[in-house]
Amino acid sequence: MSEHSDNPQAGNLPTVDADAAAIRKRLEGRTGRDYWRSLDEIAETPGFEDFLHREFPRQASEWNDGDGDGRRDFLKLMGASLALAGLGACTRQPTEYMMPYVTQPEDVYPGKPLFFASAITQGGYATGVLVESNDGRPTKIEGNPQHPASLGSTDAFTQGSVLNVYDPDRSQTINFLGEIRSYSSFLTGFKDIVAEQIGKQGAGLRILTETVTSPTVDAQMKDLLTQYPSAKWIQWDPIGIGRREGTKLAFGSYANPVYKFDAADVVLALDADFFISGPGAVRYSRDFMSKRRIREGSGSMNRLYVVECTPSSTGAKADHRWPLKPSEVEPFARELAAAIGGSAVAGGTWSTRPWFVSLVKDLQAHRGTGIVIAGENQSAEVHALAFAINESLENLGKTVVFTEPVEASPDNQLARLKELCSDLDSGTVDVLMILGGNPVFNAPADLDFAKKMQKARLRIRLGMHDDETSQYCQWQIPQAHELEMWGDARAFDGTVTLLQPLIVPLYGGKSPSELLAALTETPEKTGYDALRDYWQKQHTGTDFEAWWRRSVHDGMVADSALPAKSMSGAKTPTASSRQPVGPDTFEVSFYPDPYIYDGRYANNGWLQELPRPMTKLTWDNAALMSIATAERLKLWSEARVELKHGDKTVWASVWVQPGQPDETIAVHMGFGRTRSGRAGNGAGFNAYQIWTSDSTTYASGVSLRDLHQKYSIAATQHHYLIDREHGPHKDAAHQAFPADADFETAEASLRGIVRSVPLEEFQKNPNAVAELGEQPPKGLTIYPDVWKYKGYAWAMAIDLTACTGCNACVAACQAENNIAVVGKKQVLNTREMHWIRVDRYWEGSVENPTAHFQPVPCMHCENAPCEVVCPVAATVHDQEGLNTMVYNRCVGTRYCSNNCPYKVRRFNFFLYSDYVTETTKLQKNPDVSVRSRGVMEKCTYCTQRIQYAKIMSEREERRIIDGEIVTACEAACPTQAIVFGDQNDPNSRVTKWKKTDLNYGMLADLNTRPRTTYLAEIRNPNPEISALEKKS
Amino acid sequence: MAQIFHSSANNLSKLGIVVGLLTVTGLVGVVFELGADSSYATRQGIAREQPVPFSHTHHVGSMGIDCRYCHTAVENSWFANVPPTKTCMNCHSQIWLTSPTLEPVRASYRNDTSIQWTKVHDLPDFVYFNHSIHIKKGVGCETCHGRVDQMPLMKQQASLEMRWCLDCHRNPEKYVRPREFVTMMGYEPERDVGADQHTIGVKLVEEYHIQKLDTCYTCHR
Repeated sequence: MSEHSDNPQAGNLPTVDADAAAIRKRLEGRTGRDYWRSLDEIAETPGFEDFLHREFPRQASEWNDGDGDGRRDFLKLMGASLALAGLGACTRQPTEYMMPYVTQPEDVYPGKPLFFASAITQGGYATGVLVESNDGRPTKIEGNPQHPASLGSTDAFTQGSVLNVYDPDRSQTINFLGEIRSYSSFLTGFKDIVAEQIGKQGAGLRILTETVTSPTVDAQMKDLLTQYPSAKWIQWDPIGIGRREGTKLAFGSYANPVYKFDAADVVLALDADFFISGPGAVRYSRDFMSKRRIREGSGSMNRLYVVECTPSSTGAKADHRWPLKPSEVEPFARELAAAIGGSAVAGGTWSTRPWFVSLVKDLQAHRGTGIVIAGENQSAEVHALAFAINESLENLGKTVVFTEPVEASPDNQLARLKELCSDLDSGTVDVLMILGGNPVFNAPADLDFAKKMQKARLRIRLGMHDDETSQYCQWQIPQAHELEMWGDARAFDGTVTLLQPLIVPLYGGKSPSELLAALTETPEKTGYDALRDYWQKQHTGTDFEAWWRRSVHDGMVADSALPAKSMSGAKTPTASSRQPVGPDTFEVSFYPDPYIYDGRYANNGWLQELPRPMTKLTWDNAALMSIATAERLKLWSEARVELKHGDKTVWASVWVQPGQPDETIAVHMGFGRTRSGRAGNGAGFNAYQIWTSDSTTYASGVSLRDLHQKYSIAATQHHYLIDREHGPHKDAAHQAFPADADFETAEASLRGIVRSVPLEEFQKNPNAVAELGEQPPKGLTIYPDVWKYKGYAWAMAIDLTACTGCNACVAACQAENNIAVVGKKQVLNTREMHWIRVDRYWEGSVENPTAHFQPVPCMHCENAPCEVVCPVAATVHDQEGLNTMVYNRCVGTRYCSNNCPYKVRRFNFFLYSDYVTETTKLQKNPDVSVRSRGVMEKCTYCTQRIQYAKIMSEREERRIIDGEIVTACEAACPTQAIVFGDQNDPNSRVTKWKKTDLNYGMLADLNTRPRTTYLAEIRNPNPEISALEKKS
Repeated sequence: MAQIFHSSANNLSKLGIVVGLLTVTGLVGVVFELGADSSYATRQGIAREQPVPFSHTHHVGSMGIDCRYCHTAVENSWFANVPPTKTCMNCHSQIWLTSPTLEPVRASYRNDTSIQWTKVHDLPDFVYFNHSIHIKKGVGCETCHGRVDQMPLMKQQASLEMRWCLDCHRNPEKYVRPREFVTMMGYEPERDVGADQHTIGVKLVEEYHIQKLDTCYTCHR
């Protein structure tokens, strides 16, 4: 990876000049609604001002992508492009050909997409999806409305996984020591090995897989283990170790907790980001937000408490959030368990604090309607304690329900992996088969797996990529993507979900089930046969064929969720002993990355470029630390440091994160890949290098060394800032907020851009939201309202209460609208192309700020400022109120973007769309133009979907039904925070939302009449705790 | 030696340069404009070479086969699909069994490989045209594709330029016909319906709820 210390761009992000003391001073004593975007905003660093005042910061006015010389190149390029433009006009369209079917399948009409049910898995857990197939190419993934883990929504991973099918860096051939071989030659060679192992009862055979929830693969494995009784099957997933072991520790046996958030009134999350990570996150987000339907007139709300070691989406939505050090989570849970059980802990740290008392009181007041949930990355002890707390609160069986384990053969994965390592060391392993996963990259560093695995005589790898693990294997066999194979997997509640292929494996990939067949007497048995045979055996009814067709069609086996099982007697585990922390060392907590997970999506450009919910980082991870810690160490964001845990070291870059507990560091895993492909290689640093088997939750005693280098990080937190009204802080708006008169940065609150009101206040004063900003009267215009929207009038409303900032909408929009990935260098220049962005605002102190999310697509203003400045009428209004963008007319003046108060227009400074890579062309949505260099683009309200619905409704001679048009962002949103429809229809959902007192337009004071409006965020703080906070 | 040129020649030469440049630019513009509209650029009226010289004159004109027998998707999809080989073989497994002209068709069926047809009506990729809705709204095949029953080899009847599309999108009453005549070749409103196009057109625009869709997103996105 290149160091940017001498690069002029390195100074692009305004981070170094911020003065911690000044920041504190400015925020001192603030209790009102003061929103800020970043530390630089408060400090008013010159860099931030630069971002604010320039439409396209810095390099925007230069014609270079960071490598050119500026003006001279510009003139050369201009000359060349003028000449080319002239010549280009002389050509006629190239001749195109048509290749009809020889025999056309039934139901297939060329040009008409079909949808098939399938599933995408994460850590083994399935989410049911419907995959759009355009002439045989899977192009877009939607949720399966019937599937319990999806209910029609998806997360960002699922949206991104369709791009993985077409990843040009996938392993494309079967390789034996670097030579290309055929699968039959593999089978021939493997036959002798199989014979040898049968003779040895499989004593030298080890099979390493990821977590298996598939009943079929599990049955195959168990058959194999009877055939080879001495062989061993090891499962390994680095994420969720504590979650898997928690039930075993508490109850003595493995079980699967299912949380019923739709029945919970009070939720406490113990470092749990349950909106984003863990099984069932999409469903849990939906269920949780279903208890916050203020927009539908409900006057009651659930309440969320979060204690966490680094800011998360869940923490951002919390009504009360407290930062904890990683080492404090377990003692906290222990004290809480004791307090709820009625026994006070002697010398307790928290039980004396008033807020803790109120928290306990609130939990106790909601017996049977509360949930205490521990995080995916938390230790088994914390999980066990959470179960014990739930039990004493009588939540078990009500809001926390247990089933048999979803994992087919649950086991202590870490212990089994260690056992494998010692077997490898002792030389007893002849054949090591690694199906999927990437253990060389993601096994704990102290196991030294890469070195040990080479002690196996024969190493066979089934992998999507020729990656870190493959390089140490003699055989590399391409793995089929989930959209290329038949299979099954269970969802978070045990529902059996069927994986159906959408396309023939592009590179002849095999599924794990097909490779396992190589060990049996029927080595060429297909994945389909294995799956069907298994279910035929399971099926007890009469008509298997009808049942099977139904199940494949639905993408799941009906009523296959695991039955609830009563569990009780959760044991309180003994305190885990951790080595005392030496002075000047830090606790480092580890998390899966919200988008590239454990590293498996590292080569996915969409997910790499998706700004992380809280940090807004793209293409990098960072060592997150608090402002006080950074100040003490005399470091600031983008400083390069070395983290040392025991004898393991890694070079990381610092990012100062508001809300991070002092003297702790949080890192996200999955970055720093070396063999993932063009997008993932060299992005970020590899946190697994300091992740050891005795500290899977957090490492203590990590020392830090300043390397005195700078490393540019592409964070989008300052991008597309909405400018101040009349220069800084000396305007009328400030007069309305005399208390804030000296506070210079409350821009978002002054103009009412993001609005958040406590439930109590909203109930007392229904105008509380409207009063936060100015709303011009409808008639305020010098032009008469000539145009009446008589037909449809498309509009959108976004509920900020429900938005968790997960960015699934951004990923979905990218997939639907052929939005280009621009790369880190271009993101540094504020040139990311996302049509919808999720702005994150902080409020309050830097130590523990509240966060707010606000998705910002095009507002489709009725009085659109962009339209009046376009010299070529490339952006014009249509009869239904859409602000249309015509690429072929656009000449790239960028005036429209300059005049857009919302900063939602994106310009193709270069040829960002990939016209070169053959495979990724297959992913493109055929209904949306792929934009070329030099044109402006922006959200179209998914006009292709509007046109499709219009054509369908006109063909059926009816009006469009409310809900028939679902924009990509709306469809993906796990919490249904976005609604789109016809605002002329008095019964449409969007009209109803807009009629509520929560509704407001962003910058409506400019009289732009935005069609996209927001429902203000309502929070439900505990009045007792709020009173305490006010006092202090 | 006396000056050959009077000093006013300076001005004349300057003027000459300007006029010359303007003339050249103008000429280039005229050539461009003519060129862009020429049948060279639009391919209007040009029959394209095909692997099999399929005759619409014969199949439509003489045999009277309905358009939708082959172009099955036209009422359902964006495209009025080119028929699969199987459709050809429905008849040609019975008749013209040994015709050498039909060998590519038989080969396609035998080898299960597609016939590669050259696209005659080829809209630019930024145009999203949907056949099904036009059929539904009473736009006849003939209106855009011309008298295919008189085309021994398929050619592009219209220019397919945007102004040509907009002519109908702005004035649909000039072109629409009753749905039952959509696939008819040689439709004449006076003869077939008993009224002039304007009367019928205005009536149908009302009856079929035909909108004057001339906003960009109707066809471009």
